[in-house]
Amino acid sequence: MSNGPALLGSSGDSLRESFGMSLTKIASEYPDVVVLDADIAGGTGIHHFRKAFPDRFIQCGIAEQNMMSMAGGLAATGLVPVVTTFAVFMLRAIEQARLSISYADMNVKIVASHPGLDVGPDGASAQCLEDLACFRSIPNMTVISPCDPLEMEQATKAMLDYVGPVYMRTGRSDCKRILDHDYTFEIGKGKILRDGKDLTIVACGVEVSRALDAADLLAKNGVMARVVNMSTVKPIDRDLLIECAKVTGAFVTAEDHNIIGGLGGAVSECLAQFSPCPVEFIGVNDSFGESGEPDELAEKYGLTAGHISDAGKRVLLRKKDL
Amino acid sequence: MYEKLAKKARALSLISIYKAGSGHPGGTLSCIDVVTYLFQKEMNFDILNFDLKERDRFILSKGHCAPALYAIGAIVGIMEESRLNGLRKINHELQGHTCRTTTPWVEASTGSLAQGFSFAIGEAKGMKMQNIQNRIYVMVGDGELQEGQIWEGAMFAAHHKLDNLCAIIDYNKMQSDDLNENIMGLEPLADKWASFGWNVITINGHDFTEIESAFNIARSCQQKPTVIISNTIKGKGVSYMEGVPTWHGSAKLTVEDITKALSELDYSHNDILGVTNV
Repeated sequence: MSNGPALLGSSGDSLRESFGMSLTKIASEYPDVVVLDADIAGGTGIHHFRKAFPDRFIQCGIAEQNMMSMAGGLAATGLVPVVTTFAVFMLRAIEQARLSISYADMNVKIVASHPGLDVGPDGASAQCLEDLACFRSIPNMTVISPCDPLEMEQATKAMLDYVGPVYMRTGRSDCKRILDHDYTFEIGKGKILRDGKDLTIVACGVEVSRALDAADLLAKNGVMARVVNMSTVKPIDRDLLIECAKVTGAFVTAEDHNIIGGLGGAVSECLAQFSPCPVEFIGVNDSFGESGEPDELAEKYGLTAGHISDAGKRVLLRKKDL
Repeated sequence: MYEKLAKKARALSLISIYKAGSGHPGGTLSCIDVVTYLFQKEMNFDILNFDLKERDRFILSKGHCAPALYAIGAIVGIMEESRLNGLRKINHELQGHTCRTTTPWVEASTGSLAQGFSFAIGEAKGMKMQNIQNRIYVMVGDGELQEGQIWEGAMFAAHHKLDNLCAIIDYNKMQSDDLNENIMGLEPLADKWASFGWNVITINGHDFTEIESAFNIARSCQQKPTVIISNTIKGKGVSYMEGVPTWHGSAKLTVEDITKALSELDYSHNDILGVTNV
């Protein structure tokens, strides 16, 4: 093989790099795991695996639909395929994920980098704001969006240990380490990162860090916000949400995704059915993004800690009106 | 021998479509000779040990022609014949298009064109990676070749030298609405596949001598995947269906239709009743 391509974007402590390194680290314990790439390994973090396990790396070319259906066939031979590309290109092959993988109940892992406005300068064409909604609505598909490199490492292992189709979001930009070393990720479980009695902020992915900052802002105003890292978007942790509803009675959801159909939708579907209470949504308000740095975009499109904190104040007013 | 079995497969598939009240008889009948040969002669599998990883695999990428596969499955004993009564019916395993979870022996879930083709390529690649010396067969329709995914897969299979893969194009020249050539022409079809790096064999898909010869050539081909362009007649075996587009789509057979078809296939009307209720 020729020299590996330069990384797209920065190579720091991003979720994509964490995923690529974590998978490579444990791949010897999972000899059936093979990785599929559509000529973008430098960007998805999977270049680490390609270098360490060239015989288990399948270059599919820029042909995502064939890649996705092939993953189903590879699984039918007993291998555990991990399909990698950008989240928007997963959308290109979503019907293949639906039929060849989820409907057929194939043990395939779909790992998507470059979700949300976190993509930054590449602009709207690459900023996937619809994947959680789309993949969540496919029966039999588990949907995960870890929040920091530690959780990504644990989720990568958990995804391989779970038998069945999984969609997992990574992330392009550098992200903060926010979890303690004793944190444990479990598929289907949300985790309370900070307790509070006035409202619950439920977040996933890069918004978890902003949610913790928002809780600090709210605390300065005497509002005690509980922060839940809901890294499994599907199946949603119903028991935890019901418990949060009983304790706090108000919610803000936060995600780097369209406000339609993603984490906010999943939380609201659960609460409306089992424990109705006011919910405010932080996410992109049904629009496309644009080029810019992630923090600039977060400011313009309403995803910052300040926006979450303001939504917290709004939801408290609605709670008092009840 | 194959002619007799294929006639029975035609009769059983039409009975199941008749009982279902819908289905795609035209393409079912056109591909059935090749599918019969595959399951009767070409493929290596053990009915008593069907889960064996090393068995040869068949994927029906043109999933709407599932009744052909189900009928062959019943004839060779993979599935009880009485199961055919459940085709397209609620709470039964024989889905309108092949479904791997309800009917594991069909290998892939298909019904969205081109996906079964890629699924087969994935199997072929996976077997090679594990040094398993079996063969993967996949039947695709001609209209299906209009899907871009087919050509993605064609490039992949040739690039990865998947000589354990054999695709069969059921070239009946007719798709849902009209002739291929009026919808979006496929010719020169053999040249297209050859230029994509495939070993191309063209046959009359209703002639068992040619079918046998094609699979033998495919088996001996090294370093390239093989495609058999199988020239067929839509509705083959039932005079009033042959070459008539009406019978492509999900057609409802009347009792007169099925009676006439079965008499042409030397299958008595009583045999409709002979398939017991499930």
